[in-house]
Amino acid sequence: MTETRETMPVRRSLLARAAGGVTSGLRGQTVLKVGLVIVIAFIAMTVVAQIWPSMNGFDPTKYRNAPRLEGPSITHWMGTDQLQRDVFTRVIAGGFASLVVAFSAVALSMMAGSVIGWISGYAGGWLDRCLSLFMDAIYSFPSMILAIVLVAMFGSGLSPMIWAVGFVYIPTYFRVTRAESLQVRETTYIEAVKAIGASRTRIVLRHVAPNTVNAIMAVSSFNLADAILTVAALSFLGFGLPPPAPDWGFDIQNGQKYLQSGSWWLITFPGLMIIALSLGFGLIGEGISDLVNPKRRRKLG
Amino acid sequence: MSGLLRYALQRLVLTVPMVLILLTVIFLILRVLPGDPVSAMLGGRPVPPEVLQSYRVKMGVDKPIPAQYVTYIGGVFRGDFGSSMRTSTPVLRELFSRFPATIELAIFGLLVAGILGFSTGIIAATRADRPIDHGIRIFHIASFAMPLFWLGLMFQVFFAVKLGWLPVASRLGGNVAFTFQPVTGFYVLDAIIRWDGKSLVDIVLHLILPALTLGVAMTGLLGRMSRASMLEVLGQDYVTTARAKGLRERIVVMRHALRNALIPIITVFGLEFAVLMGGAVLTETVFSWPGIASYLMRSINARDYTAIQGSVVFIALFISVINLIVDLLYSVVDPRVRY
Repeated sequence: MTETRETMPVRRSLLARAAGGVTSGLRGQTVLKVGLVIVIAFIAMTVVAQIWPSMNGFDPTKYRNAPRLEGPSITHWMGTDQLQRDVFTRVIAGGFASLVVAFSAVALSMMAGSVIGWISGYAGGWLDRCLSLFMDAIYSFPSMILAIVLVAMFGSGLSPMIWAVGFVYIPTYFRVTRAESLQVRETTYIEAVKAIGASRTRIVLRHVAPNTVNAIMAVSSFNLADAILTVAALSFLGFGLPPPAPDWGFDIQNGQKYLQSGSWWLITFPGLMIIALSLGFGLIGEGISDLVNPKRRRKLG
Repeated sequence: MSGLLRYALQRLVLTVPMVLILLTVIFLILRVLPGDPVSAMLGGRPVPPEVLQSYRVKMGVDKPIPAQYVTYIGGVFRGDFGSSMRTSTPVLRELFSRFPATIELAIFGLLVAGILGFSTGIIAATRADRPIDHGIRIFHIASFAMPLFWLGLMFQVFFAVKLGWLPVASRLGGNVAFTFQPVTGFYVLDAIIRWDGKSLVDIVLHLILPALTLGVAMTGLLGRMSRASMLEVLGQDYVTTARAKGLRERIVVMRHALRNALIPIITVFGLEFAVLMGGAVLTETVFSWPGIASYLMRSINARDYTAIQGSVVFIALFISVINLIVDLLYSVVDPRVRY
């Protein structure tokens, strides 16, 4: 048991604050709270949107349900589009693809990137050098362009987007976990664990990995914020869900055609949704960063 | 200087594996994935097999994949990126002809981001924790969360459609397009060389919205870094000494702190360039800007494999060169750094 003691503070700070810390850990964490509220509200909204049509008779995919291209009014809060659909109904349902792809892609890259990062950082040597070179090559390339090229080759839809966006973010986690494991590797307690005769797998999983969790948490929230924008851009470029499905990015692309005639509501509202959701994840990231590293609060703000 | 030169060469050699890795990834994804480039190019129409075969031979995709790979890599290292499957013009020639448009957009975008990000960052740092600081920080975070293509469209709606002040899209207005003769491809420069005032005004007007879109979207990172870096410098002893001497705050900030605060920001410029190129794809799409990013998009939509590969390699090389320049600039700005 002596060997786990040194990793304890790290684990406690995370678990205690994230799970049971609603009363103590989150006190004063306005930024984190605001972010959480926004994201939870969006998830709730997307769920409600699934049953919304049965509540008021508007359907996000049904044509000729409303007047054509009319500005916001009391019956149609965000106006109507060229296919006579209620924009509000489409907007509240339009986050589905963004949320699914962002969460899945980030989970995918987090798992792949972290595991490769732990191994690379702990093993060192030529393996580390090769992996680092490979990851740096991908990292230095514009992620947006890589995601576009990949999704274009994989085909459009939910799972191609998940794979493409997930692949693009792997180096981000690799870099974070590798750097942390390099540091942990040099500590005295790892030496002690080695002396006891713990296996490499055990050291990586029980001692190296937990020490990188804080960093991963902070990175993943920022990553989600970025993923929301990437997914929106992909659907804007036409690689998202096939047409009748409500989707912010696609709806903006569609609204572009009616921009000259002054139908501003078609693009304004889906865009504000993307901003709000991305902002929510960004604020959570800010909050977590402050939480795990209080010094950062003063330095970076 | 010889140390610097050696370092530059070393770094240049190091970009080779990077480009090679990217090239391989893209090649594998393009060629190994199901889907035949030839039938994709012909638009999925039913074509007699012998015609299909003749196209395959012409495009060099009849050989096994490893052979294609070797041929392609060899070509890239000789500077031959192959010919576009769609238009059969050499990819590299096409990229070079479009390159100035992207660079021009990038330079003016960076200029906007630099002015906005730097000034807001410094203002926020010198007034830390006051209302204006909070306001600026919210602006920075919002700039992170802004979908660039949406921002561009909103600018179009407001400044072009509603107010009618600026053109909606493209690089040149119809009335100038016939008379204007490019020299270098950098239109602002060309108009100055030609001493063509009318064209210059038109070109600058077309440039404002795309540059603003790209610039505002990049302000967040730059602004945050500027603020953090300035705050750090302002907390150092020599700044306290300067203040203790009784210097005015403006002099302390502008003369003493600013230079040192600049150093870390230069690295961010290098990082931002990758973001910038990603942003350029969307900006060029929204504003019908004829740069390399819009060429890539068009190639993707046409499944023009050689053009996609060529564009990716080109962008990768370009970013490597920029990173190298930023690194070298670092040693100029910070004399402590020696190579």
